Amino acid sequence: MKSTLLVGALLTAITTTGALAQTIKLADVAELSGGGATVGTNWKNGIDLAVEEINAKGGILGRKLEVTHADSQSNPGVARAQVQKALDAEPYVLLGPGYSGSVKVTAPLAAEAGITQIMGGEAAELTQAGNKFLFRTSFGQQSSMPKVAKYIHDDMKAKSVAVVWVNNDFGRGGRDVVIKELERLGSKVVADLSTEAGQADFAADVGKIKAANPDAVFVYLNEEESARILKELKRQSVAAPLMGETTLIGQKVIELAGDAANGARGHVGLTTDAPVDLIKGFRDRFSKKYNYVPDHNGLKGYLAVYMVKATTEKMGKVDPKAFADTLHGLTIKASEEPGILMDVSFDQNGDIDRQSFLVEVVEGKQVVKQVLPKLK
Amino acid sequence: MIERGERAARERKMSNLFDLLVAGLATGAIYALVAVGFTLLWQTSQTINFAQGEFVMLPAFLMLAAMHVGAPFWLASILGILLSMILLGLAFKMLLVDPMMRHGVLPLAIATMALAIGMKEAVKQFFSAEASPFPSIVPTGDISVLGHAVSLQSLGVLVVAILAVLCLTTLLNRTSLGHQMQAAAQNPTVARIIGVPVERMILLTFLINAFLVALASLLITPIYLAKFSSGEVLGQAAFIAAIVGGFNQVRGAIIGGLLIGVLDNLAAAYVSTQYRAAVPMIFLIAVILFRPQGLLGRAEERTV
Repeated sequence: MKSTLLVGALLTAITTTGALAQTIKLADVAELSGGGATVGTNWKNGIDLAVEEINAKGGILGRKLEVTHADSQSNPGVARAQVQKALDAEPYVLLGPGYSGSVKVTAPLAAEAGITQIMGGEAAELTQAGNKFLFRTSFGQQSSMPKVAKYIHDDMKAKSVAVVWVNNDFGRGGRDVVIKELERLGSKVVADLSTEAGQADFAADVGKIKAANPDAVFVYLNEEESARILKELKRQSVAAPLMGETTLIGQKVIELAGDAANGARGHVGLTTDAPVDLIKGFRDRFSKKYNYVPDHNGLKGYLAVYMVKATTEKMGKVDPKAFADTLHGLTIKASEEPGILMDVSFDQNGDIDRQSFLVEVVEGKQVVKQVLPKLK
Repeated sequence: MIERGERAARERKMSNLFDLLVAGLATGAIYALVAVGFTLLWQTSQTINFAQGEFVMLPAFLMLAAMHVGAPFWLASILGILLSMILLGLAFKMLLVDPMMRHGVLPLAIATMALAIGMKEAVKQFFSAEASPFPSIVPTGDISVLGHAVSLQSLGVLVVAILAVLCLTTLLNRTSLGHQMQAAAQNPTVARIIGVPVERMILLTFLINAFLVALASLLITPIYLAKFSSGEVLGQAAFIAAIVGGFNQVRGAIIGGLLIGVLDNLAAAYVSTQYRAAVPMIFLIAVILFRPQGLLGRAEERTV
């Protein structure tokens, strides 16, 4: 009797210490301060929520998750140093950063260490460099722009389109893809207008749009410039419908542009307003834990952790070396892994394919008008 | 059918040109307000104020701050203008111009550059680095002028700016106070001998400049949004306008401002958006080369 007890106690001790030693370590580097603080904080909170949920249900393959957070201060230089430090601790997977610029400088480090990086950046070029360890949590421009072009051609029935874009990497990247797609579908680009980052006066640009008299206008600028051009479009009474991306119909733009934002439409990869039950559930749990409604970065952080879970369970073992290979080409179904919220597929570049949403600004509020299907 | 299409296209082009002219004049009128202040300060106290653009940026934030503590927009506007006159008129003269003036024109000009940086950083620090919305004193909408739809906002800006400039020129040319100011500007020594209170006249021009920039702020911020960096473009445009028009002439600054506003808009539409900022610069160089006193300026000799 005594010996059985002893053995039992010993066994418990061994398994507990074993479980402790076997936690799966994730490292997160995010914009926790500086200009991207909203992005990074949402991302971090999303991660923490997912980790808490998974651990409460017994972890992944019986092993608990453990995550460390480091602050990139929204600065690519600091991000690089923090990622190097995180990689030195040999995490299972690296999460973040959220800014494309920070991803660009840190991705080579993770690839060299052979550690998979799941990040928040959306610039097209990130996944074009042949990096075999980099994965997105949201659409890159090469996935979102074809959906935008399809909507302009099929739903807006626009035969002629004016394209206004901001002359930087972000704007040029989006402009190149959307124009190619529009022309492939048969919508004519009647005005191709580049504007400057920080531009204040859009009178001439809107004048040119008016002169071109298009069926639809595609606006691809940063938030502040979007607000200014929306005001100018209203001032010059341009009647053509406006289409954009998250940057045209975001909350900040609506706040800045006031009623000039009404009627603007945009393609949104992820939104917590999506008419999807699993996303509503996420939004409720998140708001309950943190007392505020998350933006899409909260969703991205949450999804990153569930990508780790689904991939690991697919492999049936915790194997950092085989992780990236398994995730390439993988389709994760929400019916099998509810934490992934919507069915998602990853291609060989780490790009994502998923349902997305068409949002319209109605009386100062974002309203989801349509669910756009996966591309493939 | 084709003919009708061509006619429609031609009409669209004409109305586009008209829109561009109206929008250009509206922006130009704001440049003119700022440029007039520039020339006033130069004439009476040889101050080249490189912080003039930031002087336009700040009043909007003063007004926003007033609204933040609960003042309605009209009250906030008045408070903002008054506060601007105290800070950007009185305090600017007493705390920066007077002490620096003794060291010459150049140190003073450099001090105003430092002030510009200080103001931008302070707004960034105490307010926000992000843009804020700003209400418009003119309602949005169109009215029909000569069969063309013209935006009320452009027209409102134009009317208010022209009224302000008219009042100013009346003050300068038709009143005793204005004559005293001109005398103080043209020859302070003689003015002092005949009993003009030169110091007070100089202070008055600083207050007028502060009023003009606050007015410009009220007009331009609804379009440009309130942001710490929004003075950079304005200051540069006003500086160019003042030189093009003639640094020593109020009416020169007005013509310069309108010209730069229209030129900038036409350049963006018909030359290229990328090079729009270069066109006024090229124009500036041409003026400096061929008519250094400015389009309406008087030639003057001064050792700087």
